[in-house]
Amino acid sequence: MWDHEIRAMASTHAIIAASVFMATILPAVLVPGFSVYGTHLLWLYSVSAAVAAVSVSVFWLLGISPPTKKHTLGYKLSRLFRSCLYFFLSCLFFHTVVILYGAPLIESALETFSLAVLLTSLTTLRCLCVLGPNVQAWIRVFSRHGAMSVWDTCLQITVAFTLIGAWLGAFPIPLDWDRPWQVWPVSCSLGAMIGYLTGLVVAPAWIHYHRKQLTYKCK
Amino acid sequence: MKGLTVLSLLLWLCAAYFVGIYLFVGGFLLVRLEVNRTSACEDVLQPGAESADFCRGPPRFRRVVVLIIDALKIDFARFDPTKTAPRPYENKLPVLEETVSARPAQGRLYPFRADPPTTTMQRIKGFTTGSLPTFVDVGNNFASSAILEDNLIHQLGQMGKRVVFMGDDTWENLFPKKFYRSLPFPSFNVKDLHTVDNGILQHLYSTMMGDDWDVLLAHFLGVDHCGHRFGPDHPAMADKLTQMDGVIRSVMERLQDDTLLVVMGDHGMTDTGDHGGDSQKETDAALFLYSPSAIFPGPPTEDEPDVVPQTDLVPTLALLLGTPIPFSSVGQVLLPLFPPHEQTQGAVRPLSQLEALWINTKQVNRFLDTYSSLSSDIPPERLSELKASFSLLSSDYLGSVGAGRPPSPRLASSLQAYLTSVRDTCRATWARFNPAKMAAGLAVLTFACLACFVMSELSAVLTEEKRAGLKGPVAAALTVGVAVAAAQLVARGYVEAAWCLAAGAFASEALFLWRAWRLNRPAVSKNGAKAWKLSARRLLAPSLAVPLLRCASLLSDSYVIYEGRVVTFLLLSLALYVPVRLNWDGHLVPLTSDPLKSAGLLPSPALSPAAVRKESSSLIGCLGVLVLCACVSLSFHGCREEQGGCSPSPFLSPLSRLQDSQLKNLYYILSVGSLGVSAYLLRLWLCHYGNLNSSGGTAFAARWVLPLLCVCAGLHWAVGAAPEGGFRKLAELIRVAQLALPRAAFALLGLGLALIWADPLTVFLKTRAAASARSPALPPRYRASTGISPQAELHHLIPQIYQRMRRSLEDGELGGGEEDGRPAVEAYGLGTVYSAPLLLHCGLLGVGLLLLHPEGLALAFLLLLLEMAALLHIHAAAANLRASPAASTGVFSVGWTPVALWSLAASQFFHSTGHLPTFPSIQWGAAFVGFPDGHSGTFLPACLVSLNTFASNILFAVGCPLLLFWPLVREVRGSRGVKGHGEEGEDVVMEMRLREKPHQFSAALLQLSTRYLFILGAQVFSSVCAAAILRRHLMVWKVFAPKLLFEASGFVVSCCFLLIGVTLVLRVDVAVGRWFKKLIPDASR
Repeated sequence: MWDHEIRAMASTHAIIAASVFMATILPAVLVPGFSVYGTHLLWLYSVSAAVAAVSVSVFWLLGISPPTKKHTLGYKLSRLFRSCLYFFLSCLFFHTVVILYGAPLIESALETFSLAVLLTSLTTLRCLCVLGPNVQAWIRVFSRHGAMSVWDTCLQITVAFTLIGAWLGAFPIPLDWDRPWQVWPVSCSLGAMIGYLTGLVVAPAWIHYHRKQLTYKCK
Repeated sequence: MKGLTVLSLLLWLCAAYFVGIYLFVGGFLLVRLEVNRTSACEDVLQPGAESADFCRGPPRFRRVVVLIIDALKIDFARFDPTKTAPRPYENKLPVLEETVSARPAQGRLYPFRADPPTTTMQRIKGFTTGSLPTFVDVGNNFASSAILEDNLIHQLGQMGKRVVFMGDDTWENLFPKKFYRSLPFPSFNVKDLHTVDNGILQHLYSTMMGDDWDVLLAHFLGVDHCGHRFGPDHPAMADKLTQMDGVIRSVMERLQDDTLLVVMGDHGMTDTGDHGGDSQKETDAALFLYSPSAIFPGPPTEDEPDVVPQTDLVPTLALLLGTPIPFSSVGQVLLPLFPPHEQTQGAVRPLSQLEALWINTKQVNRFLDTYSSLSSDIPPERLSELKASFSLLSSDYLGSVGAGRPPSPRLASSLQAYLTSVRDTCRATWARFNPAKMAAGLAVLTFACLACFVMSELSAVLTEEKRAGLKGPVAAALTVGVAVAAAQLVARGYVEAAWCLAAGAFASEALFLWRAWRLNRPAVSKNGAKAWKLSARRLLAPSLAVPLLRCASLLSDSYVIYEGRVVTFLLLSLALYVPVRLNWDGHLVPLTSDPLKSAGLLPSPALSPAAVRKESSSLIGCLGVLVLCACVSLSFHGCREEQGGCSPSPFLSPLSRLQDSQLKNLYYILSVGSLGVSAYLLRLWLCHYGNLNSSGGTAFAARWVLPLLCVCAGLHWAVGAAPEGGFRKLAELIRVAQLALPRAAFALLGLGLALIWADPLTVFLKTRAAASARSPALPPRYRASTGISPQAELHHLIPQIYQRMRRSLEDGELGGGEEDGRPAVEAYGLGTVYSAPLLLHCGLLGVGLLLLHPEGLALAFLLLLLEMAALLHIHAAAANLRASPAASTGVFSVGWTPVALWSLAASQFFHSTGHLPTFPSIQWGAAFVGFPDGHSGTFLPACLVSLNTFASNILFAVGCPLLLFWPLVREVRGSRGVKGHGEEGEDVVMEMRLREKPHQFSAALLQLSTRYLFILGAQVFSSVCAAAILRRHLMVWKVFAPKLLFEASGFVVSCCFLLIGVTLVLRVDVAVGRWFKKLIPDASR
């Protein structure tokens, strides 16, 4: 039914996943002393930036985002501004949530905020790309009957996988194994990343498998 | 309402759990067999040898003075002159260092390592019998009963030595009538630093100067009490240690040449001044030996022991004083105190090193023989190894020393190695388990958990059944138990109660499960669907997955160590899941202009958009409160020693420890403020729902007892925080107040609880006096029902009363308007008739329990109350948003999520009231609240301490039925916003719905309790599994065993208080029934 869309989605996801790998490998080659554990923050920023840039451009090229009502430059600018604002607010939101979940409040605040930035670029940014700066729509998407297109379902799956991955990433922290990846926030960001990549793989597969059962009302 | 059915089912379940726990703990905790034999002078240690071994030749010392300074840590005894700014506990005992360096032949200082558990009674037992106490004995600390094993004091008495004792009265209980003269002083009051010490000092010197003693024991308690009260890092500790320094000096001056002085600590202390565990800070005490004559043959050499195990004191002292070594001692003699073999010549000579070791070895070998014949504890291969090595040593020794030849140089060290290996074998053996009992306990627990789950799923069927359905299982338990007892009697001649219990419980559970399965089969076939099928999908749902994760976390020592944070994390995760799930189901946001609704895909919402918005925002708000409470409560945690870089919360130390008076005042105000706020919130709630209007006992308790209780608590804190000796003139008054205030509070608490139980109704009935108003006021529906049976009439009457009550509530406090249609009867507070007494019960208990805690924790208790309220509101809002619930279907069942949240919150506040699952963290101070002079019995202090430890478990268990009531209580507010609903016939009857459907009420109550029990039971089960699987783990005695004990006792306490809560609900139900019966003739006349 949506073979075309599923194929588009699969290739989009392949591009995003490739960008994640490139963002890991390229600095490792170019920057001396780069490693995922050792210079974790650097890796975090490079991956966040890569995912953000690639998804924005891919989704813009594909034209997934909802059609704007007005085409004036001012309106577009205000949309852009609001998107940036939402991005920043979402970083703050994730930062708060992570602290409430038990991250240290003051020490390693930079690490916590970097994790929030990563989570934002993996989840909120996609929402922004697919749904535009519209919080109501975001809330609506995450309900059983809220998905209005294949892309919405895909959004549900990737966001859920990312957040669950980050959540699960917190579990090894108390263990007394003394591994480099148990340091805050390495395990959480790795968990989020792995969850995100899994989501990228699972989403098209799941949609393809359930394409008979999926019904959407028209936009 | 089938109260008795519910109660009996719950009781049966609790009994099954208890049997499982009892069996497992009985098999897991180590037991050592006490050998009831004593050594005597004429004993021949090695069969075949001709001469007796003990009491040969003159003793080395005629007299000995033993100064036991409780909790004299090795760090206190060391002296480092280079330290320029010593801490209060450092460099305060210079006399030891001076002696050791100036007169090395006369004095030595050793670290003295105690075996855990490092509690005073265990230690006294250890260094008088020379044996290794086991884990189980910890509980006897309060009731030290007489030592029956052979011990040094007994041996000294046998030899005719006059033992004079003074100090800690624990000794008097351990060795009744063994002393020549005894001056015991009360030891239980930890706050009292001076009574025991001053008592000793009054008599010590005069006794020493006299001549009617051979052994002088003096046990000082000041240092230990100072540690408990102020911690080691406090000026008071410096004073105390300096005093001890003076004591040691004076005693040394008065010593005679034939006298040995032993100064020792029985255990150490942690940095907070506690002890009981097995960390090095707790086990390493100091041992100082001195005599005016030279006792050490040479200067300290390399083979000097680094650390002296505490058991070694017994054989050393015994041989030095010329008494037999106590029978079950496994220590080895302290070699530096004996002259080397070559130096001992002449007819009258003391024992040489080798001789002493040889006697020691033979004695230990004899004990090993006797013990292995009495009990098969020690593994046979290990035993035969030891026996072989002994016979080798024996031939070696007899071949050289016995024949008068110079012994080989390695003989002494191989004898020592033998003794060490025996001690290690014993230590390992007495850390031995009973696998059969453990397995039986695990099986019974597994089936109990299963039965609990089944019961929660089948609650409706089980309460419906005509016969309680328990007769079979109980009968099976009795029959099988008796049968097993009889079989044991026939086969073995004695009955072991544990196995009868195990068999009975197991049979009973099996029968119950089988019947449940049979009950369930027709239900399944009828419905065609799964009734209680446990699918993988269901287990993965977060509401069960989170408790499962919590259970799994108990299997890892790191997670147990960080349990407080782990539980908070899980609680927040599950709480956050609630709105996410609601949103996923489309209940969180009002569906505006939804095309699906018209298409018939969604049922039309029961709540208007405005109501939905209101409920959602209250849900999110409460979630915020919950999150904040949980995060703030993290700051009340204590610290385990395994947690590096952690400092315990400042709120945990009692106010009297604070030295800054301004900070003290601030803390005090904060504590009293939070106590006041808690009480005020409670009162406000009761007032809001009209429960304070009544004149019954409960309302009286709420109006007067609760505030008075708070005042008592506040005053008690103020008195307790008064600085020591600050108000000299008022000292007497303060003493009286310390005694009277908490006791008054306890009495008030008892009075309040008794009032609630005696008269739980909080309904205020207002009957219109005007007769004219009565007849038109009776609604037609009621009049139509006059013909039916009283029972039906009763059922019908309730909504009517409700409607009226609600109207009068809506119209204002006391109906002022004189309309014609005014109801004849106005009942205030009927809507919360169940929850009001329960809540008040919780509140009173909370204040009472708070009294047992350090003052600073008042804030934690306020957080507990707030979090409880937030949880209840979240649950109620979620239930209302789901919109189906009580109103339409009439099923009050409470889902897994709120129950799981409730149990997580209970564990969370266990940690946030400063408790930890470790023995040193027990707040012993609770035993002295209201009893500043200590206790005579052991029951009361044990009760007070366990009430303190499990305060949060108690509050959450009692409050558990609130989960059932809250959605109904909150209902009135939810649809009050919906004008359209309220005006129509569909009434808001709040908790009276429960009376309309008594059967579903009892089913829901049973389900809620069993669900709560299931989650708690699963936690116990998993910590039992952890202990069983990891029983050889490095951390088992440090982490898993204490965790198991705390979890199990917490479970027992929770069960009891859950039953109390449920019983209270049933009591209210009975009272409400009576009340209606009284009302009917009134209204129908």
